[in-house]
Amino acid sequence: MTRDVPPRAAREKYSEVVPGEPLISFKDVRIGFDESDVLQGISFDVWPGETKVLLGEGGSGKTLIMKLAAGLLRPDGGRVTVMGQDVGDMPEKELLNFRRHIGFVFQEGALFDSMTVAENVSFRMDEENVEESEIETHVREALRFVEMEPSIEKYPGELSGGMRRRVSIARALVDNPPIVFYDSPTAGLDPVTCQTIISLILRGRDSQGVTSLLATQRVQDAFGLANFHFDKATGRIVRDKTNGARSPQGPAAASAAPGSAPPAAENPEFPPTNVIVLRGGKIYFEGAADELLHSPDDYLKEFLASAE
Amino acid sequence: MPEEKEPQSVPSVLGDAIKRQVLVVQDYAELSVQSLKNIFTPPRYWVDTVEQMDIIGVGSLPIIALAGFFIGGVMVLQTAAQFERFGETALTGDAVALALVRELGPAITALLVAGRNASGMASELGSMVVTEQVDAMRALGTDPIRKLMTPRVLATVLMIPLLTAIFDFVGLVGGFLVAYFTLRLGAVQFWTRAIQALVFGDLVQGFAKPFVFAFIIATVGCFMGLRVKGGTQGVGRATTSAVVISSVMVIVVDTFLTKLLLWMFLK
Repeated sequence: MTRDVPPRAAREKYSEVVPGEPLISFKDVRIGFDESDVLQGISFDVWPGETKVLLGEGGSGKTLIMKLAAGLLRPDGGRVTVMGQDVGDMPEKELLNFRRHIGFVFQEGALFDSMTVAENVSFRMDEENVEESEIETHVREALRFVEMEPSIEKYPGELSGGMRRRVSIARALVDNPPIVFYDSPTAGLDPVTCQTIISLILRGRDSQGVTSLLATQRVQDAFGLANFHFDKATGRIVRDKTNGARSPQGPAAASAAPGSAPPAAENPEFPPTNVIVLRGGKIYFEGAADELLHSPDDYLKEFLASAE
Repeated sequence: MPEEKEPQSVPSVLGDAIKRQVLVVQDYAELSVQSLKNIFTPPRYWVDTVEQMDIIGVGSLPIIALAGFFIGGVMVLQTAAQFERFGETALTGDAVALALVRELGPAITALLVAGRNASGMASELGSMVVTEQVDAMRALGTDPIRKLMTPRVLATVLMIPLLTAIFDFVGLVGGFLVAYFTLRLGAVQFWTRAIQALVFGDLVQGFAKPFVFAFIIATVGCFMGLRVKGGTQGVGRATTSAVVISSVMVIVVDTFLTKLLLWMFLK
């Protein structure tokens, strides 16, 4: 099969992290359908190593933000920049190459029905003509990561909802993308499976340094990501003593030492997990999970109470 | 209080409706051209193309053979009933060969494949759209038009002419058997007349049409599938539309194509 895929080295431009620049940036982004704006001027940044959790009621535009960031939709106004690229202006052909550097976990998993678990996970590497032996190694590694290796030859139809979601995470993480978008990865799952999914996302963040955007309706997901971390030494998920001990290269870091990311511990004021609450097409709240928890705002209190 | 919308005038409502339809035709044309252009540039998905050739070609063979056999037979019965009035039943072979090769073979093969495969393409791709598999493909850096549509278009364009040839042949066999048992026409007489009745122009006409029909069937099927909206209900609507639109387009295009080919080859 002939493939027209640029060599990995030639596509490095998409992976470059510009010091002092966010990895994902939304500037006054608007999009609407049927003459009504769903997103009305959204602006936020996601810094390298950060997990930004998008919270909001159904229909508040969380999935739209994910799809805009991945270039699957184009904004009606404003600018979406990911890894220094204006994804709203890129032609589709260039976007296809660009998207090979991001992982995307869809709400229901969106696994290809006609392919086995292994074929689903190896899809991108198959497309890139990677050596069979290398594909096998990566696929097994990714499936081991999500504890799905025994199901390698099964078809998506034979898996439960949680298992499909785990395979989808393996597919998104298989070639170590710097950015992963998680669209409601815990929606419709039982509480135990939700915890499993969140722990996988934590492991991806803390062991692979993945920057991510996560849309969810479950406030518990945001607090799970904010209050726990994966300890590489013990291989366990542990509760944080001080939220924000493992910091990304945030704005404070950039201004302190432009061009170089300081050791994480030197930047304790910037927590790795931050939360955005969407309401009426706008950002209603942006900040750390703890700030959300202690906010005196009535709507946020009600929002948190409804999630319990 | 939400603002009340001003009622639109009839011309503006009509104008909007026409614009929407023109936009659909424009989208269809763009997608069809893109699927064709993809054939000439890498990456090419040969495995997917062969898989589709198997589904469309081999999968349609039984219904094509069965329909061809009985249509050939019924053609003999109908034409013989007319020719008997003039005592010219020997001409049955000519009539059946001309009707099958020029018109019935390409048209009925196309209509049968439209019913079987345009619906299949629309429902398969439509289901992929509603379960976000098409978006997932794009998110993984693969062009769904190139991966899903182009192999189906190429496979249909390669298979329908072959299926038409099989339809024509089986139709003639069916016609001969009916002529042999009902009119007592000899094999030599039937086949000699059937073959001699055909000229180069007939064959060009009979084998040019299937390429055009195949392109219509595959592009309409894929287009309807890829633009599905509204969940499983939308998939159902797209499937029905794919069969109806591709069948009607085949019949309409057939009329114009016949006129053009008659003018070109059988003046």
